[in-house]
Amino acid sequence: MTETSAEVPLALTGGRKKGAAGLSMSGLARLGLYLFLSLVCLVLLFPNIWMISTSLKDSPQIFAYPPELIPRPFLWSNYLVAIQKFPFFLYLRNTLVVTGLATFGTVLSASLVAFGFARRRFPEREVLFGVLLSTMMLPSIVTLIPTFVLFTRLGWVNTFLPLTVPAFFGGGAFYIFLLRQFYLTLPYDYDEAAYIDGASSLRVWWEIILPFSKAPLAVITVFTVLSNWNDFMGPLIYMNKPHMRTLALGLQFFRDQRYTQWNYLMAASTLTLIPVLILFFAAQRYFMEGILLTGLSGR
Amino acid sequence: MALQTKHRPGPLARKEAWEGRLYILPWLAGFVIFTIGPMAASIYFSFTKYSVLSGADWLGLDNYTKLFVNDRLFGLTLYNTFYFVILSVPLNLFVAFLVALLLSVQVRGINLYRTLYYLPVITPAVASALTWGMLFSGDFGLVNAVLQALGLPTFNWLFNPKITKLVFVIMGLWGIGGSAIIFLAGLQNVPRVLYEAAGIDGANLWHRFRHITVPMMTPLIFFNLVLGIIGTFQVFTGAYIITAGGPANSTLFYVLYLYNNAFRFFKMGYASALAWVLFVIILVFTVIQLRMARLWVFYEAER
Repeated sequence: MTETSAEVPLALTGGRKKGAAGLSMSGLARLGLYLFLSLVCLVLLFPNIWMISTSLKDSPQIFAYPPELIPRPFLWSNYLVAIQKFPFFLYLRNTLVVTGLATFGTVLSASLVAFGFARRRFPEREVLFGVLLSTMMLPSIVTLIPTFVLFTRLGWVNTFLPLTVPAFFGGGAFYIFLLRQFYLTLPYDYDEAAYIDGASSLRVWWEIILPFSKAPLAVITVFTVLSNWNDFMGPLIYMNKPHMRTLALGLQFFRDQRYTQWNYLMAASTLTLIPVLILFFAAQRYFMEGILLTGLSGR
Repeated sequence: MALQTKHRPGPLARKEAWEGRLYILPWLAGFVIFTIGPMAASIYFSFTKYSVLSGADWLGLDNYTKLFVNDRLFGLTLYNTFYFVILSVPLNLFVAFLVALLLSVQVRGINLYRTLYYLPVITPAVASALTWGMLFSGDFGLVNAVLQALGLPTFNWLFNPKITKLVFVIMGLWGIGGSAIIFLAGLQNVPRVLYEAAGIDGANLWHRFRHITVPMMTPLIFFNLVLGIIGTFQVFTGAYIITAGGPANSTLFYVLYLYNNAFRFFKMGYASALAWVLFVIILVFTVIQLRMARLWVFYEAER
């Protein structure tokens, strides 16, 4: 079978590359498939495309009816104006601090906790893991107000602490669950051999478990970066002072003027999207692989 | 005589146990500080009149009686939220499953498509909400322009209380990448031998899909359903940004109302009562689903 031959979904064929039941596609069918994939893609990405197109238009064209997709002319200067219209670099720095610390805390603590649940035996383990699983089903809204009160009392409002410190406490049940499921699939022989050589469990975690876990750690990193980078409610509640705003929160203040300057707003939105876009493309291979490896596949 | 040989764990096992407890300690501490503690505090607040600035005054059941008897908006926000959940969750699951099926084809370049399909999930909620606001604008929106070009009636999407919630349902579809990727992972992990065996037995495409793919995917459908319902009940950002709950409170969803009470009017006690009512509702939904799961979720024999 050549590399270019296309097949219908694994789920629909025999699941083999080209088997008794595997339907190898004709060139025409393959073309149709690509067209369909691209069409759906276009529909899904349309708001993003519109966002970018708007970011390059001048004001009259934005309100033209019927609307036009292609900017005439391409006003790249909108991006320069957008950066000056709001403290972009300050918000970028805030976002980087929050995202960086929260991601570090999540990956570090989730992998340690998962190590405890997957590789160390203790009597309370199963019960506690059950508790952990049940917290996944807990709506976060029920803890929101007391947590806000707690952080207010501690004087943490308008600091980075409310958005970063909780990440160091396990980083979320879902991530611990994913990593634990993955750690369980690693053979214990490696650990055993290391322990016989007198290694500490911390060293086993660092030198054996972590190096094997690049893909699932990539998944968690991407998820955590995304959720912190784009978090809206957290900064909305805890960052009242303008100089503490993150990008995701700062964007909405483009509308505070009497009317919305859509082109600058969309330019700023695009700028906010670019860093995570780059990260996602860079991690894409690990990410997809990791999704397949982790317990995400069910059970 | 009872056997007195109760196994005392050796020093190694005891060391391992203490290490284990130590490793999970961050989570356990976080669970107490950020989950159990706040939940207990939240129950207490819900029986008080409390703004962060003043102390908490005990009110007994007043918040709850006000909520169920006197608060017209409570019923309305509940209605809005149920409306949204009932339409949005099944629709999103269905479309996400279809998209995952489409993305599971093995053709060259499919990984690029998989990545592109995930892009909407990466877009900051504020940016996507505002873009949708533009697209659905009654004056210069593209949606109306397309409808007009096709000779269909146009709507003032964001100012007609009868259809605003539908706009949010459509917008919600844009975020299916997250569940689609989970389905995709599941589709790829269905053991191939099952399809091969069925192929030898002469099962056609539909039969294989119906009797292998779907049953093998039920745990993930269940997973996405449970978490989807929990998440959708807490819909907030889009409504906060685009409509701020309007027009005529038609998009005042439950958590938005809760947010307004807590952080705009500083009625922390009342908002806590709201939070607990939502918690109980979600809990009931979750328990029902866990019960129902036995009827339709397929689990492989215990490994």
